[in-house]
Amino acid sequence: MRTATLNRLTPYIFLAPAVVIMALALLYPLGYMIYGSFRDWDPSQTLGETEFVGLSNYFYLWQDASFRESLAVTLKFAISVVSVEMVIGVGLALLLDRSLRGMSVLRTLFILPMMIAPVVVGLMWRYMYHPSVGIFNRTLESAGLGSVDWLGKHALLSVIIADIWQWTPFIFILSLAALQSLPRSALEAARIDGATGWQQIIHIKLPLMMPVLIVTCLLRLIDAFKVLEVILVMTEGGPGLSTEILALRISRTATEFRELGVAAAMSNYLLMLLLLLTVAMLAYNKFQEMRADRARRIAEEAV
Amino acid sequence: MSAQTEKQHPAFYALLVLLIMMSVGPIALMFINSFKLDVDIISGTSGLLFLPTIQNYETALCDVLPYELDHLDFCALKFGGAFINSLIIALVSTVLTLVIGCMAAYALVRFRFMGRDTVSGSTLMVRMVPPAVLLVPVFGLWNNEFCIDKASWLGSLIRDNFGGRGDVCLAGTHSGIILIYIAMNLPFVIWILQSFIVQVPRQLEEAARMDGAGPFQVFFKVVLPLIKPGLAAAAIFTFRIAWNEYLLASALSDRDTKTVPILIVNNMSEFNVEWGVIMATGMLLAIPPIIFTLFASRQIITGMTAGAVKG
Repeated sequence: MRTATLNRLTPYIFLAPAVVIMALALLYPLGYMIYGSFRDWDPSQTLGETEFVGLSNYFYLWQDASFRESLAVTLKFAISVVSVEMVIGVGLALLLDRSLRGMSVLRTLFILPMMIAPVVVGLMWRYMYHPSVGIFNRTLESAGLGSVDWLGKHALLSVIIADIWQWTPFIFILSLAALQSLPRSALEAARIDGATGWQQIIHIKLPLMMPVLIVTCLLRLIDAFKVLEVILVMTEGGPGLSTEILALRISRTATEFRELGVAAAMSNYLLMLLLLLTVAMLAYNKFQEMRADRARRIAEEAV
Repeated sequence: MSAQTEKQHPAFYALLVLLIMMSVGPIALMFINSFKLDVDIISGTSGLLFLPTIQNYETALCDVLPYELDHLDFCALKFGGAFINSLIIALVSTVLTLVIGCMAAYALVRFRFMGRDTVSGSTLMVRMVPPAVLLVPVFGLWNNEFCIDKASWLGSLIRDNFGGRGDVCLAGTHSGIILIYIAMNLPFVIWILQSFIVQVPRQLEEAARMDGAGPFQVFFKVVLPLIKPGLAAAAIFTFRIAWNEYLLASALSDRDTKTVPILIVNNMSEFNVEWGVIMATGMLLAIPPIIFTLFASRQIITGMTAGAVKG
């Protein structure tokens, strides 16, 4: 009898710790944040002592020029980073999809930038961009081309370049995996029919890779909105607001300006933006599955 | 495509070399600079013509070295202690995440609670949440709500044994940081382990149960050894996040629980950066992930591609 009860309870015992931790440290904080975004909240107060202010934090942000600036910077950063990375990453994958002896070594070296702490990545690039000490300006100067004000005038571009360095390999590896799991028969058939390399890429490889590419693109887009440490170390959001992305602005509003309510409202805006992307991705996945199902059913009926 | 290596165009190899230089170059540059004195870095005696020194590493680790340093009269940067904090936080959160995640994944697969769709959906939802969004609520909760009253039995016990004033709160402790890291990593770990547990044949477990093993024994003696590759991938990803994370740790830690990324950021924002020392610290912070990458790149790639590429 006792073992029977134990057996019946096992799944719940196994699940309990995970459920408790997720509820306590993730769901509750998120709810707490949404609740806090409707309040005038100072770090010295507990949430219970704060005053209810309705949607005014949200309205305030909407009229705040620096919030809008920061939103624009975030969108500019995310979109340019993802589009450049997609082009380079997919291009490299198409180029390097051959039987090479050192391919696994190559892939190992490519994932290094992703594994290293973002703080360290920011540190390396800040050094390389340094106006007088950095390697870029030194090389330019010794070639007689004059120096570039990397983290000053071209701060956003410099930050974008650093992110491209770090994350292009992610797209490269995912698209390479997609390429290598393509059905060989389609490629063989195309080759026998005399398709050139370009024709194979445009008419066969890319369309077949499309589902993976879209998921990769959305994943990367979601991650691009989360970038914080690299930019924090490189520019601290400056000069001015030119590289102050939303994540950075949230942390500054909370720690420097000490307005937790506003920071919470801003977090909510960011979360809604990301939710939109995630839902788009899930919907796309569902849509793909449905289409695959229908195709299979039609094929079965034909048989 | 056939297995034998094809003859490639020379330009192709040139491109490969260029790519490798681009991806490893900045890391190598930091590695070289961490052995240079600041004078050499700034004066720009470029290339490899310098006298390598481990002085930067000594300065960084001055609070844990057993001997006195001649070039330093005061140990200002306490990186050694921060390394120990980082290690404790990263290791403990990795182990706990794996244990809890493993149990949950097993229950989800074998007892058919929720479909895989639900789990992958929630994994994605959590992946979507930026640490910056968690900053405000976690700061508030860990400081104000997740506290034990110092007048209560447990609170006074902790205060008597470990000292300190005020209520006993999660903020400023290792456990506070560990808790949020576990929560951030759990969905991904559950999700990746699920895909490995599904592949363990049911008959194997039933055979063990026939032989009289209880559910816990089946889990620990039969299932766990079979999903080692999945565990490795999950462990690397969890460790990497816990080891590298800056924002939440900086909000939750106090003077004694600072991790290495926090110290690096704090020492960067000052006007006069000591490049040599900071790069040595960066190198030390980068070494564990680099080692993992070199020895377990296959598992990392499995973990990375698991989401987007099926099959």
